[in-house]
Amino acid sequence: MNARVASGAVALAVLIGLPAVLSSYQLSLLTKMLIFGIFAMSLDLLLGYAGLPSLGHAAYFGVAAYTVGLLALRVANNFWIDFPAGLLMAAAVSALFGLFALRTRGSYFLMITLALGQVLWGIAFGWRSLTGGDDGLPSVPRPRLPLPWALTEGVPFYYFVLICFALATGLLALVVSSPFGQALIGIRESERRMEVLGYDVWRYKYVAFVLAGLFAGLAGNLFVYFNGFVSPSYLNIVFSASALLMVILGGAGTLVGPAIGAAVIVGLENLISAYMERWVLVLGVIYVLVTLFAPSGLVGLVRQRLGRSRA
Amino acid sequence: MTALEIDALSHHFGGLTALSNVSLAVAPGERLAIIGPNGAGKTTLFDLVTGIIRPSAGRIRLFGQDVTRLPTHRRARLGLARTFQITTLFPRLTVLDSVLLAVQGLDPVRFTVHRSRERYGHLRERAESLLADWGLADRARQVTRQLSYGEQRQVELVLALAGVPKVLLLDEPTAGLSPAETASVVEMIRRFSRDTTILLIEHDMDVALDLVDRVAVLFQGRVLAEGSKDQIRSDREVAAIYLGTDDA
Amino acid sequence: MTFWITQALNGISFGMLLFLLAAGLSLIYGLMRVLNLAHGSYYILGGYVGLAAMRATGSFVLATVAATATVTLVGIVMERFFLRRFPEQELPQALLTFGFLLIFADLSLWLWGGTPQTLPKPAMFERSIRIGAIVFPTYRLFVIGIGLVIGLGLWWLQEGTRLGAMIRAGVDDAEMARGTGVNVGLLSTAVFAFGAFLAGLGGIIGGPFVGVYPGADFEILEMALVVVIIGGLGSLKGAFVGGLVVGLLDNFGKALFPELALFTVFAPMAVILAVRPTGLFGAR
Repeated sequence: MNARVASGAVALAVLIGLPAVLSSYQLSLLTKMLIFGIFAMSLDLLLGYAGLPSLGHAAYFGVAAYTVGLLALRVANNFWIDFPAGLLMAAAVSALFGLFALRTRGSYFLMITLALGQVLWGIAFGWRSLTGGDDGLPSVPRPRLPLPWALTEGVPFYYFVLICFALATGLLALVVSSPFGQALIGIRESERRMEVLGYDVWRYKYVAFVLAGLFAGLAGNLFVYFNGFVSPSYLNIVFSASALLMVILGGAGTLVGPAIGAAVIVGLENLISAYMERWVLVLGVIYVLVTLFAPSGLVGLVRQRLGRSRA
Repeated sequence: MTALEIDALSHHFGGLTALSNVSLAVAPGERLAIIGPNGAGKTTLFDLVTGIIRPSAGRIRLFGQDVTRLPTHRRARLGLARTFQITTLFPRLTVLDSVLLAVQGLDPVRFTVHRSRERYGHLRERAESLLADWGLADRARQVTRQLSYGEQRQVELVLALAGVPKVLLLDEPTAGLSPAETASVVEMIRRFSRDTTILLIEHDMDVALDLVDRVAVLFQGRVLAEGSKDQIRSDREVAAIYLGTDDA
Repeated sequence: MTFWITQALNGISFGMLLFLLAAGLSLIYGLMRVLNLAHGSYYILGGYVGLAAMRATGSFVLATVAATATVTLVGIVMERFFLRRFPEQELPQALLTFGFLLIFADLSLWLWGGTPQTLPKPAMFERSIRIGAIVFPTYRLFVIGIGLVIGLGLWWLQEGTRLGAMIRAGVDDAEMARGTGVNVGLLSTAVFAFGAFLAGLGGIIGGPFVGVYPGADFEILEMALVVVIIGGLGSLKGAFVGGLVVGLLDNFGKALFPELALFTVFAPMAVILAVRPTGLFGAR
């Protein structure tokens, strides 16, 4: 545990120091990695801890991004209203979808979370007068906070995202170590046994589902400020599936693993897109390779190595 | 007052009748064996009593309270615990973590989100003392699926005991065990508190009669006979079924 | 009145196309518990290969053979060399099939470009027929006919043949089927290949009126998923009824409430989910 706190502190120190050495382009890439890291960790709470493989997690990210974007553009660019509203909408939509999705399990759960996510995609795509349809919402402004630094600048915005990332990681780490989080692990391993031991399994799963939606919403909030733009593609199955990939690639059930997985995917996309047009093809191959060769993720691989060298 | 009262319970699925009009009453502290050939409906009866499946007709009462419509976890909180025939432990968790989950299940902190479980020392103390009591302390750090089958059965019994159940349902606790392992599990059950009411499904007649006060025989979803050990031993119908179909 | 009849016939023909796709998806799930997210890719592969073959040979029949053969082969490779390694593990299956979805999508874009394409109809179904004020293309009737024929064929296969009995045994209990001497491995490959074949055929048949374009793979997958959610995974009857329901809802939705098009399909799905999570005809 102390080793974990120590390595966390080192990682945080590195992240605090990095702006000193990175170009503004690299810094913006790192900002994106942190935001997608929050998104991947939020899905890990569902997938890695509660054992619920959602294929519609983009819904909560996208709803929050659209909520903040619409409010900032059409109502008022007021952080203290827009930001909580984004979180609230993400939590509300996951609270609604959870009622449907948690009646099922396994492949049905995958299929239904996918279909529910596509409902929102369909609304964003079809309701042009509100959402701008396929063109999305351009020119979403960044918030103005009573700080000496403007968040429109790369470095202050990076630190703003880093604070959110550190808070989210800390809170999620607390949740998974709590009696509630430990019960989720038990549910992942054996639902029936947990019921017989006195756990109201549905209630645990539901709360996990809504919490995961809330943290995905946090990532969506940050992303729309970061990107200044949101389109239906941040609601659809491709984005949902990429979140699953980030979690598996990093290591499901390890919390920090998925953040690393997110950084790897964001980094690779950036690198490969610079050299060729076929990023989607490469991404498809990554899905297949990860499934075949790294089912327990990068963190899992490292742990195996360590275990082997120790033994 | 009875500890557990099963009143005219029936269960149908598809076109099949798994249980038909089964009534049983168990007094507090009593130990009842339920025997019968495969397919007699024994495990179905346990699934009904624990609420994993719902009956087609009939009532189930725990200490006088009607629990027929209550979900499984609510029955657990009334003091009902069980083991499974097919081990459904937490295969990838350590023994200690498994027992912690069992201890936590009936503790008020089970739904706490905002504090680490490590801060609740009483859970850990209780889990460790349970493991020490049942001779599994040296297995605490091992991952459950790495234990021998016999040890897994013992862990399963400890999980069931963690909540200090008033009524405990044991579904073939010795199935698939070697004679030595069977002996240690039997020894363990014998040490259970006499306050705990026990229903035991057991294929091995010797084991069953060794552990209980009274026996009920299920056959084709009905209670064929019920009585003291001696009554059942001398029942010719029971003997016929066991000589004819017992394949254990 | 003319409007209603025309739209209904359009909806039914689209429903039949969805049935071809959902039947394969459902059959594969029923036997192997695999949710094949690349099923929509089989549709566009069938469409694009068919189009290429038709341009090369000018024959609808040869194009059909080339398209279905290609897609069937793709299905066999996916099942034998990839999915087989992950029996009963929904997450690896989902990741694998989604990876293939992306691979096929990008390969198709690379090979055939981003412009939406329409397959030519077979010459004998170029005409329309007129009954009173209603003009209806014969091709749509042809699609309805194909759907009915395949539906009846599948029903006969499932209920009336030894193969069907084996599949049903496998659906109920793979272990048990193995015990009675059914080669479940071979049967799985055969069913997967057959599901792929149906989807490839869907690409050829849907190509002339739905078209093939980047993104059609996702749209078709989504629609087929809605069909099986409504009808119930693993049920042939569910795929048929669900296909008709979704085909009609989609057509009338697009015609009457263009802004809410997808909603008219998804809202009933949500209602069915709330009432019967396993669909109209799905096993509980």
